[in-house]
Amino acid sequence: MKHLIAFGSGVVFAMGLVLGGMTRPAKILAFLDVTGHWDPGLALVMAGALIVHGGAIRLLGRQRSVSLREPMFAGVDARLIAGAGVFGMGWGLCGYCPGPALTSLCAGSVPAVVASCMVMGIGLHDTLVDVPQRRREKRRVERASTPAGA
Amino acid sequence: MSLMENMVAFEDVWKSLAGGGLIGLSATVLLLGTGRVAGITGILGGLLRVPSGDTAWRAAFLAGLASAGAVMAWWVPAAFEVTVDRPVALLMVGGSLAGFGARLGSGCTSGHGVCGISRLSGRSMVATCVFVATGMVTVYLTNLGAFVGLAGHAAQGVHP
Repeated sequence: MKHLIAFGSGVVFAMGLVLGGMTRPAKILAFLDVTGHWDPGLALVMAGALIVHGGAIRLLGRQRSVSLREPMFAGVDARLIAGAGVFGMGWGLCGYCPGPALTSLCAGSVPAVVASCMVMGIGLHDTLVDVPQRRREKRRVERASTPAGA
Repeated sequence: MSLMENMVAFEDVWKSLAGGGLIGLSATVLLLGTGRVAGITGILGGLLRVPSGDTAWRAAFLAGLASAGAVMAWWVPAAFEVTVDRPVALLMVGGSLAGFGARLGSGCTSGHGVCGISRLSGRSMVATCVFVATGMVTVYLTNLGAFVGLAGHAAQGVHP
């Protein structure tokens, strides 16, 4: 049942992206092209999503994942800024973000190639950044648990 | 602007809002049904990770996304048009950077832009502002022709 819900959620997500025109990279690039012929489409899609999802979360009482006592921007770090910065650059170069790219996976050779590159980029990050980092952390934990002088 | 143009613009506004509403609905259904956040990068990344546990719901979500996309591409091919006059090599570099950056920054347009901001996460608001800003700068520079030379003039342009 849980997997059926996940599948259905994926279907509805794809329908939303297509209806909003998000699977046409030219439309994404037109949103980012503020000095040219600007297209507000993406902002409207985001607004629609925020109204529905934000409203639903509020109604369900799942406002925030973090405690309200914490400062709002506590988790902002260099990694977040660098990642978002690089993501924006890639997004501006190809006009696809991961959702539309995967939705367009079977919609032609160009989106298929771009989506494959995106999957590769995610894998590359996990190989180059995540795995070494986890290995370092594991070593640190091991060192901390070994008694001094042992 | 003529009346006709106004009508077309109005239809675009309606479609964009409704499309966004469906995305919000999908994220809500996923959260309620599985307790998971509909961040595409996270869903995909968790599937790629080697010692990964819960892969079935991730695979199911992505299968729904890609199969619905395939059906709609067959039904309304115009919705998937790639009318971007850029070398494929540049699009490939862009795709790789987008994947790498989204994973490094723990989320993309869906994870930070929709789910995170809906949760009023400060991290997600900052991330969204940053990637929209760097995206705008990149488009500005690309339109000036900054990266096309790097990707090689020999590379074939996309002319569908």
